[in-house]
Amino acid sequence: MSWGEVDTGLTPAVGAETGRRLDARRVLLLLGFVIVLLSGVRWITAAPDLTSSGTYGAALRLAVPILLAALGGLYSERTGVANIGLEGMMILGTWFGAWGGWQFGATWGVLLGILGGTAGALVHAVATVSFGVNQIVSGVAINLLAAGVARFLSVVAFTGAGGGATQSPQVTSTLPRITVPVLAGGSFFGWESPDVLGWLERQHWFLVSDVSAMFRGFMVSLSILTVITLLLVPVTYLFLWRTRLGLRMRSAGENPWAAESLGVRVYTMKYIGVLISGALSGLAGAFLVMETAGIYREGQTGGRGFIGLAAMIFGNWRPTGALAASGLFGYTDALNLRSDPAVHALVLVAAIALVGLGAWYLYRRRFIGGSVALVLGVLAFVWFALTDSIPRQFVFITPYVATLIVLAVASQRLRMPTYDGITFRKGEQIS
Amino acid sequence: MKRWRTRLLWLLVPVSAIVLAVAVSSLVLLSIGESPVDAFRSMFRYGTQANSVASMINRAVPLFVAGLAVAIGFKMNLFNIGVEGQYRIATLLAAAAGAAVTLPAPLHIAFIMLVAMVVGAAWASIAGVLKVKRGVHEVVSTIMLNSIATGLVAYLLANHLRKPAAGSELLIATPQIPPSGQLGPLTQLGGEDLRSFLLLAIVLGVAVYVLIWRTRFGYDLRASGINPDAARVSGVDPNKMIMRTMLLSGAIAGLIGMSDLFGFFHAYTLDVPTGIGFDGIAVALVGLNHPVGIAIAALVFGWVDRAAQILDLQGVPKEVIIITKGVIIFSVVIAYEIVRRLVLSQEVKTAAEETRRLEEEKETVAA
Amino acid sequence: MAERAPAVELKGITKTFPGVVANDDVNLAVQPSEIHAVVGENGAGKSTLMKILYGMLRPDSGTILMDGHEVHFRSPKDAIAAGIGMVHQHFMLATNFTVLENVVLGSEPAHAGALDFGRARARIRELSESHGVPLDPDRLTEDLAVGERQRVEIVKVLFRGARILILDEPTAVLVPQEVVELFGQLRELKEQGVTIIFISHKLDEVLEIADSITVIRGGHTVKTVKPEDVTARQLAELMVGSDLPIPETRESTVTEEVLLSVQGLGVRVGERWALEDATFDIHHGEVVGIAGVEGNGQRELIEALIGLRKPDTGTVVLAGTDMTEWSTRRRRENGLGYIPEDRQGRGLLLPSPLWENTMLGHQTLYPFARGPWINKKGARQQTEHLIHEYGVMTPGPDTSALALSGGNQQKLIVGREMTAAPKVLIAAQPTRGIDVGAQAAVWELIREARALGLALLLISADLEELIGLSDTLYVILRGRLVAEVDPAAVTPEELGSYMTGATKAGAA
Repeated sequence: MSWGEVDTGLTPAVGAETGRRLDARRVLLLLGFVIVLLSGVRWITAAPDLTSSGTYGAALRLAVPILLAALGGLYSERTGVANIGLEGMMILGTWFGAWGGWQFGATWGVLLGILGGTAGALVHAVATVSFGVNQIVSGVAINLLAAGVARFLSVVAFTGAGGGATQSPQVTSTLPRITVPVLAGGSFFGWESPDVLGWLERQHWFLVSDVSAMFRGFMVSLSILTVITLLLVPVTYLFLWRTRLGLRMRSAGENPWAAESLGVRVYTMKYIGVLISGALSGLAGAFLVMETAGIYREGQTGGRGFIGLAAMIFGNWRPTGALAASGLFGYTDALNLRSDPAVHALVLVAAIALVGLGAWYLYRRRFIGGSVALVLGVLAFVWFALTDSIPRQFVFITPYVATLIVLAVASQRLRMPTYDGITFRKGEQIS
Repeated sequence: MKRWRTRLLWLLVPVSAIVLAVAVSSLVLLSIGESPVDAFRSMFRYGTQANSVASMINRAVPLFVAGLAVAIGFKMNLFNIGVEGQYRIATLLAAAAGAAVTLPAPLHIAFIMLVAMVVGAAWASIAGVLKVKRGVHEVVSTIMLNSIATGLVAYLLANHLRKPAAGSELLIATPQIPPSGQLGPLTQLGGEDLRSFLLLAIVLGVAVYVLIWRTRFGYDLRASGINPDAARVSGVDPNKMIMRTMLLSGAIAGLIGMSDLFGFFHAYTLDVPTGIGFDGIAVALVGLNHPVGIAIAALVFGWVDRAAQILDLQGVPKEVIIITKGVIIFSVVIAYEIVRRLVLSQEVKTAAEETRRLEEEKETVAA
Repeated sequence: MAERAPAVELKGITKTFPGVVANDDVNLAVQPSEIHAVVGENGAGKSTLMKILYGMLRPDSGTILMDGHEVHFRSPKDAIAAGIGMVHQHFMLATNFTVLENVVLGSEPAHAGALDFGRARARIRELSESHGVPLDPDRLTEDLAVGERQRVEIVKVLFRGARILILDEPTAVLVPQEVVELFGQLRELKEQGVTIIFISHKLDEVLEIADSITVIRGGHTVKTVKPEDVTARQLAELMVGSDLPIPETRESTVTEEVLLSVQGLGVRVGERWALEDATFDIHHGEVVGIAGVEGNGQRELIEALIGLRKPDTGTVVLAGTDMTEWSTRRRRENGLGYIPEDRQGRGLLLPSPLWENTMLGHQTLYPFARGPWINKKGARQQTEHLIHEYGVMTPGPDTSALALSGGNQQKLIVGREMTAAPKVLIAAQPTRGIDVGAQAAVWELIREARALGLALLLISADLEELIGLSDTLYVILRGRLVAEVDPAAVTPEELGSYMTGATKAGAA
């Protein structure tokens, strides 16, 4: 499975024959196990941040840009255009979001951020769709160009005005936030309501408190952009799978020649897909500025465009999958920021999970995978036991390692759009 | 089609790129109220000084090596974006290893280079294994590995490989490499050292050319990039080819930092330049994945970087050249596509005409 | 009966591509509610003509008339709107889509942008029932068999209210029984007033189903005839314009020596056995043919023999040496040749010069390599030799492979494999998609090589070719070799019924 290679049958068809596809029930079961595991380890290691509402809240907040990038990538790849340039489009989103927010206010910041990302996407679309440039080459070039443009514009716009070449002045305007009343202590027309879930969380009861914390985390100080992003998940599903335009867009990625023969404007579909991916990446960038940092800083995106791609792949190019994957990545990102003991505890979680996975593999007679998982699990446990904390630099790389692990585990069970990454030229038939 | 006409069409690629780049940069400069003519003129004057030439070449050498590393991957349809991480970790470990031993001069240099190549190859092999065994696309995995390498380098440098601080010294660096592991300058141009690694880089370029275009391995590599199915059927083992290409690409990537290490820094410090890996991708693209093109592209980029430094002194943001470079990249890849298609369709046309002529000849002979 | 205007008329159509005149003043008149066949060999211009009629191409000159009125098509959408529907030879289906999604794409019933699944489903069921084309709208296209996928293509055009159907080589992928079913459906459609244009080069089928036949050769219309007035032979002569090649095999050249021995070869793909217990021998000087509908294990068999896929059971012995564990390269170096069925996808490096293509598959051996170096001079010389010996029409050894026509590409591939003097040659669909002249040339080459002792495994869907060339003929069905038939005695119909399992025989 690879961009630019069609399954020619020389390798077994992915997904169809290599085992059952991940379905909703198994995913929920898995999720249940994970929650129990986390609660247990939290209890054992007394690292409350492993499952605190603060962590979950941060996880949600950090998942948003990843999810937006993943959804953006989804739109693009479903029309058959691989978009590695999401990172660059996000960078443009951060820059224009900060500039707009600083100059005109938060709402304008968001809108300009979206426009910035879309502009980057336009370049990508023109290069790949109209000129047939290799999609990965174009994506990489977009990333280079976007970083350069952001740097240049910073020098021009921010130096001498409170910022500099690598950061903007503070953006003081902010977006509205919601906190759910009663359950999470939000104010309701001026009345400070009780914080039921918060109280439950503070009891530190095994599992009950953890679950309460999780729900509370999703209800405190929710940005309106977060709500919009979450709504985009079902909207994307409905749009791509239940509307006429969505069907045509997907046909551009599944068989553009068939679509062309039926009168579908394939180039237009691809443009739409790529532009939407730029808009969503731009929104992600604007979100990073408005909600997380309040400022534009060079390197702010930190590879989230690529992590979003990984989330899209792991989510099997489906919106719900992207949501789950982004949640996972957001969680590791959040722990990263929150506390060292929590990251240390996460190693124990990983150890137990690996040992469990190894036992499961061995039970199903997959000896190589099983032994590898077991050995890794034991090593992780030893590492946990022998150390008190994880060095800062290792904490920094957690999301990237997590991405690699996720991709390594999941890549072979997935089904990408059939002609994703293949250059389509109007009127040329593959013989 | 006449050969010279084909050559002319191909020339259109770099020419159009430069024209477009200059045009766009001028527009950008105008939009911020600067004069493009003045900017270019001072760039030219500064950039053609003797010491600028030396600086240009010094900058170009690591770019050239980076371009080679990336291009090898591109030729095999492998996108080794991880060149950045590979060279950083390779440079660190090579510097540390070089400082830890003392060998007679040529051996010491060779040793350091060897360590760099091995480390670079090893780091790249992670992405290779992931691709071969788990089907992970190398673009995402190498990008992740870049960030992981950054963290790893920071950790190792801060905790294990650092030279003991003397007194109140705040410098974080590996210990100095002894003189037998250093390379003096080739010569001086206008007072600026011309670093000697240039010669090794030229040798490397020739070696890569010969490897890719003149050996069986190179044929297999290129065939795998053009048509992986046909290559498999012809006997190429795809997994072995992927691993070998990644290892080769990573090994060459490891050498990116050598010019600066041997000729200037003699240790891994926080000042060691970063970002060359990404620029190397640009250079490979602009150089159309051929050592000669890459050399030219590296020189162009090196010159632009150097000449632009004068702009700061004139109050013009030198970052405008980043946009220049970006436009060059895009113009080159787009122009390449257009020209390629034009040339191919011409070739098909000519071949078809020739074929008809031959068939008619055959028929008249048979009659 | 009064002279009605033809349903479709193409007058004076001319279309050129760079270097090629595809259609030269072509005329075609199709009466309403008739099945009109358009025949010609590959490259005669039939496909181009139909693409023009379907709006995918614009003619350089000429007119298209429907019911006597002139029409202009700027894109397939215009043609569809005018009631023309095309069922392509290579199915235009998205395998990841359901039948419904494939059928409605581009003409979706919708409410304000949202797909109306109910209406779509109802209409598809209605069409499939009334026309005898059974289909389940919610099945994934990937799960459908070849014949079923063709039904999707037919319903696709009916869904758009096509009154004129163009079928491009519809029986290319079907066996005789499925062809019978298809013809039944076509007659049914004719009853309902649908006009059918049927493109084919299978003359016996054309004579059976068509009301009227137009022959095209070299881009010109040769003649329009009625099936009752001609024989297949006469039609063929009109098509080719000269003598017909017949793949006859002369006396047997089979010897005792076994060059390839396959024992119990099996390949498992997921849960099922794609190839099971394949056992056969190929002797020095023997052509062993394997007949079967595409997708019955031929691909897995070839991959196991070439070394692309590790078999789960069985052995492969080449000239006495067990090569079951060998890599592809080792097999190629030791005398296993391969003519792939997909010449562009698996046999050529299209953008590369011909001499680099001549090396492909033999790049580690002299004269193409010397030690670790490639020998460009040797490769060019060898290429020039091939060009002369095998009649490859090209300006020279430096031309890019994609500049050659399909027939010349195939000649190059056949030449390069034969020149390497393999012990065993696997030929998969060696004459697919090439013109009759090249086809005859390839058959002759195979016969010559066979006489010199080559052991050849011929895997083909061309029954004529199999019957004509094979010394021994097996039938493969669902991964097993289910029958061995005598090529001298079997008819295409019998062979076809073995291929679909309609007749069972003792296992080979």
